[in-house]
Amino acid sequence: MANKVSLANRNREEIGRMTEHGPLSLHVPEPEVRPGGTPDFSNVPIPKAGSVPRPEVDVDPKEIRDLAYSIIRVLNREGEAVGPWAGTLTDEELLQGLRDMMTLRTFDARMLMAQRQGKTSFYMQHMGEEAVSCAFRKALAPGDMNFPTYRQAGLLIAGGYPMVDMMNQIFSNERDPLKGRQLPVMYSSKEHGFFSISGNLTTQYIQAVGWAMASAIRNDTRIAAGWVGDGATAESDFHAALVFASTYTAPVVLNIVNNQWAISTFQGIARGGSGTFAARGLGFGIPALRVDGNDYLAVHAVAKWAVERARRNLGPTLIEYVTYRVGAHSTSDDPSAYRPKEESSAWPLGDPVLRLKNHLIKRGAWSEERHKQAEAEILDAVIAAQKEAESHGTLHAGGKPSVRDMFEGVYAEMPPHLRRQRQEAGV
Amino acid sequence: MARMTMIEAIRSAMDVSMARDDTVVVFGEDVGYFGGVFRCTQGLQQKYGKTRCFDAPISESGIVGAAIGMAAYGLRPCVEVQFADYVYPAYDQIVSEAARLRYRSNGEFTCPIVVRMPTGGGIFGGQTHSQSPEALFTHVSGLKVVVPSNPYDAKGLLIASIEDPDPVIFLEPKRLYNGPFDGHHERPVTPWSKHPLGEVPDGHFVVPLGKASVRREGSDLTILAYGTMVYVAEAAAEETGIDAEIIDLRTLLPLDLDTIVASVKKTGRCVIVHEATLTSGFGAELAALVQQYCFYNLEGPIARVTGWDTPYPHAQEWEYFPGPARLGQAMRETMEA
Ligand SMILES: Cc1ncc(C[n+]2csc(CCOP(=O)(O)OP(=O)(O)O)c2C)c(N)n1
Ligand SMILES: [Mg+2]
Repeated sequence: MANKVSLANRNREEIGRMTEHGPLSLHVPEPEVRPGGTPDFSNVPIPKAGSVPRPEVDVDPKEIRDLAYSIIRVLNREGEAVGPWAGTLTDEELLQGLRDMMTLRTFDARMLMAQRQGKTSFYMQHMGEEAVSCAFRKALAPGDMNFPTYRQAGLLIAGGYPMVDMMNQIFSNERDPLKGRQLPVMYSSKEHGFFSISGNLTTQYIQAVGWAMASAIRNDTRIAAGWVGDGATAESDFHAALVFASTYTAPVVLNIVNNQWAISTFQGIARGGSGTFAARGLGFGIPALRVDGNDYLAVHAVAKWAVERARRNLGPTLIEYVTYRVGAHSTSDDPSAYRPKEESSAWPLGDPVLRLKNHLIKRGAWSEERHKQAEAEILDAVIAAQKEAESHGTLHAGGKPSVRDMFEGVYAEMPPHLRRQRQEAGV
Repeated sequence: MARMTMIEAIRSAMDVSMARDDTVVVFGEDVGYFGGVFRCTQGLQQKYGKTRCFDAPISESGIVGAAIGMAAYGLRPCVEVQFADYVYPAYDQIVSEAARLRYRSNGEFTCPIVVRMPTGGGIFGGQTHSQSPEALFTHVSGLKVVVPSNPYDAKGLLIASIEDPDPVIFLEPKRLYNGPFDGHHERPVTPWSKHPLGEVPDGHFVVPLGKASVRREGSDLTILAYGTMVYVAEAAAEETGIDAEIIDLRTLLPLDLDTIVASVKKTGRCVIVHEATLTSGFGAELAALVQQYCFYNLEGPIARVTGWDTPYPHAQEWEYFPGPARLGQAMRETMEA
């Protein structure tokens, strides 16, 4: 080829003569196991529940750097809540938490089925990660604002947003609050502290910081929460968010949901050599905590700690939730092509719903029978919501948003060129 | 010769290029072990190893920025941006860096990179899986912009792009990956295995950049199209019975003005169609050139049929998409003008 540059074609011998160290080679990280292999998480250090100390919220970030490399856990193997992070929730609250997670799981199962039946184009589930968004929501106060990704519908479910409105959005039907404009699951609800999901990764992490800065500028009391996945921390906007949050000590909680996978890419590609995602915060002087993301109690306790810091104007906190994406990335994905099928059952942090259920039974606040009954009730409620939503249409049948809606809302006031185009479209 | 889908043809182009030239490297989100979310790089890592084909962190600016650095060293990176809708974080690297490197260093450093990305809608992908941002690149001096419409061209153009000494934005109409799509979404798509342009040589060949192809000869009017719209134009010609000459531009920049001008001089009428939004779209450039070079041959105004000037909607996809009905209407009006 004409344009080859000689540098690229140096041969190894020539290089060998130039240095005493031999030639360079490129390191490309790989997951431990691929399909066909046996999943092995024995190299993932899991600290004992209750073993990580709970510092005061006004601690000097320098003193808690090790929290970025540990895992805060409350529920032990016996289903007991142990250690300094335990005790933030009552029986009532825990029962509600269980109900929220079960609802989210049932909701996901029904919507996945609806997608397969062609009632919508696309769906993304939360299987295995339900505790993260459900428990976090309970640490916030009314008026606080989340900047979520597509995998935090628990913020809506646990916040009491009507399931039927979520389904209306998923079905892009005549009651879709977003008028059919957005991809399914890209919800928006200002009232419920849920910022409009963009779909472009990480763009909204820095926006959460900006929202929080605005609250501080206006001497408000509200705080913000940013959300990002392990993979998406690689985007430049993640680093922009950290520097702004650090510089202005913005009242924001910066959440990283490390579910081990970014579509087919294992978390090592985004994490690189830093050991953990939480450790990214340290260079910015931001307190960084790692937490067992499948432990409802631990997630809630850590979220509450971080929310209090923000509320007391002590600044941002970075939280890494260690969890596992049990399902496919989305309905367009088949994980068996890139990871062993058995990997999710080998995941050492267990299932968040089961763990909370067992804990509640241990506490004497729950039983197998009541759990079965709750499952049935929840399924009924989800089916009822689905029936109602479907009565307003699904993507290809029944009530639809109008074609006029396509032209509305681009601007506050429709400019003449769009008006002309709308006329041309005959609507 | 082999039968290939557009995905297989694109993969074959990278395969052939990697085999011929060990400075060709391929990377992007999910492109390594898995072979890309559309499977365009499937098998390349197994064949050429982890340092020639690998997964990148989710950072489009990082992917293009790293590619520029590698190109400056002397490699020929062919990188994938998972969807054109996600290229914006890389826009600065493309516009301020890749496009200008040759010029500002007076040729001391050059940037022979290819940035591949699936473009266009028609898959109910909503605003983050449907956009056609070609005009954002044709507006930038220093870039070449390619949009293939079939497996044969996709392979030949991609090899030419990889071998090109300058940065190339390679937009792959995702609605065409598995078969030619004419905008009739309710009808099944014929697979490439049944289409003559699904016949692709196994080995090395190029389709030169900057050469359009006349996909249908006709005498009534000229349709300027590229990507998915080539098939919409074919459908509209058939349905209206208007004897349209359909030009598949294939490369938007450099543009094959000679083929365009010769056709419009012959037919005297011109309809431009693209899926991207109207205002400041590539159709505006085409219309300006056609009126400049064919003014005295034109028998009526030049028409543009495009996506509406709104973000790409989800539910209203087929009302948004400029299908054969809208194009046919514009063709009839142009004939009557
Ligand atoms: C800017 C941008 N680049 C690429 C994508 C495509 N994409 C969607 S989700 C995803 C993986 C994200 O993984 P992670 O951040 O770990 O979140 P998870 O899906 O695991 O919750 C990718 C690459 C996108 N949506 N936006
Ligand atoms: Mg992930």
